[in-house]
Amino acid sequence: MNPLRVFIADDEAPARERLRELLADIAAELPTEVAGEAQNGLETVERLPASGARVLLLDIQMPGMGGLEVARHLAGLPTAPAVVFITAHDRHAVEAFELNALDYLMKPVRTERLAAALRKAAAAGPPPKEQLAHAARQPREYLSVVERNRIVLVPVREIVFLRAELKYVTLRTRSAEHLIEEPLVGLEAEFAEHFVRVHRNCLVARAAVRGFERAAGSDEEPHWNVVLEGVTERLPVSRRQWTVVRALVKDT
Amino acid sequence: MSIKQNFTADALPDFRNLGVMARVLLAVNAFAFAAALTAEPNWSAVLDRFLRAAAMVEPMLLAAMVSLYVLSPALARLAYWQGCAAVLAIALAVSGAVHAAVAPPDNGLAALARTLALAAIAAGSLLAYLRLLTRAYSPALSEARLQALQSRIRPHFLFNSLNAVLSLVRRDPRRAERALEDLADLFRVLMQDNRSFVRLADEIALLERYAAIEQLRLGERLEITWELDAAPQDALLPPMVLQPLLENAVYHGVEPGTGAGRVVVHIERRGARVLARIENPYFEEHARRAGNRMAQENIRERLQLFFDAEARLVTRVAAGRYVVELEMPYRPAQT
Repeated sequence: MNPLRVFIADDEAPARERLRELLADIAAELPTEVAGEAQNGLETVERLPASGARVLLLDIQMPGMGGLEVARHLAGLPTAPAVVFITAHDRHAVEAFELNALDYLMKPVRTERLAAALRKAAAAGPPPKEQLAHAARQPREYLSVVERNRIVLVPVREIVFLRAELKYVTLRTRSAEHLIEEPLVGLEAEFAEHFVRVHRNCLVARAAVRGFERAAGSDEEPHWNVVLEGVTERLPVSRRQWTVVRALVKDT
Repeated sequence: MSIKQNFTADALPDFRNLGVMARVLLAVNAFAFAAALTAEPNWSAVLDRFLRAAAMVEPMLLAAMVSLYVLSPALARLAYWQGCAAVLAIALAVSGAVHAAVAPPDNGLAALARTLALAAIAAGSLLAYLRLLTRAYSPALSEARLQALQSRIRPHFLFNSLNAVLSLVRRDPRRAERALEDLADLFRVLMQDNRSFVRLADEIALLERYAAIEQLRLGERLEITWELDAAPQDALLPPMVLQPLLENAVYHGVEPGTGAGRVVVHIERRGARVLARIENPYFEEHARRAGNRMAQENIRERLQLFFDAEARLVTRVAAGRYVVELEMPYRPAQT
């Protein structure tokens, strides 16, 4: 039997060391191999895809990016790993996990529990995206795009607008454009603080709204386009959203 | 009723405490004003009489308070009732002397007797009032002990530390031993009676134990700069006021960062005051999510119980760093 490839993500060096020791302890009954390690959330997202790990031991409280968000980005990979969350004490996270049937271990971790959790996770495969999304207590700080076997993270702060097009949503920053596979409705709910809907198919960053231009061509009904900082595109504002969107500029 | 019920011994008020002084000043002037109010029919006459009375009362009051300020350490050594008698005697002696110096000479012995009677009544009722005040606060003191405990043990810290120690047991058993000893010391202080003052030297030792544990866990991510050369080792302070601030600094200033975070611990004596400053990198996002008001509120409350209005705790954010400053009166331990 091939050893199970395990990736360890924890910001504390002693904690990673301890997990390696425990994996060695259970090697007789469950052969494993450490496929990689990371000491913060961003590093995990960066290194895991190429590691070929089947299971990820993931600390929930990490600097840079918390464990739950890490898991959500990894879930987009074609070969997403199974995840065992580890926490020292996070009552809220634990409640959310139990509610959503996500596997977790408490620090300090015991050998028997670790072996059982690894077996269960390896059999169950990656956690479903919806369960992860439900367990999240805060909006993500990044949106992710999977390119071959790599995850590109786009900070939500840098997004100027999101526009639904057929199957995909186009995500536009000042410098780049990506396609993501997430429904606009979900994004609107998660990032209500950041974005406002200007049209049935379009969310724009509240902070980027600079003003409005009258759309050319239509003489009988006036039409407005929103002017956004950092991009040249002018996006149409629907009549339904006009009052809401116009208020944004008045306020500032 | 519990057998171990707490009987808090009565104690004389601290006559060097700003809060006590302010209360005495206010109360005596309020007495004088009330007296004027009952004696006169209209407001201008009331004011006039109050001002005339003040010319007598203020010198007496100030002289009495200065005497009490000076004699305060001696008074504190007496038993409570002896102390009260002494305070009364001081009040009488001072007002008698001031009366002799200030009152018009044609006033006779009767006027002196009146002054003395008024002084005795004022001093007596103030002592009674301040005794009640102390009693009202003493349940708060035992409550404070409990609160200190509750707010202190951050489970996150305990379990992560235990985890770090476990990782050391095989590789470096000696270091693991030391870490457990540090943890034991820390918890001993957490669980002891926190109602009496401790020496700054002990509180600093505690900070170092705590820092050693965190260092073990966070390694080079945690850089602590100790600026303690001017720290008055013999200063007395309430227990567990500095450690929670350092713990906050690590929790909010170092753990959220992916790189190294520098924490500065600065303690010095400036004249009659002790200043402590703890600063750490500021993470706005993190600060918005996790509140650290709890620990700070708790410390503020306990500072107030121990020092009344004479201590303060202020926080500010400057140049990307979060700074907590604590200021309290310098009280050296008697050796």
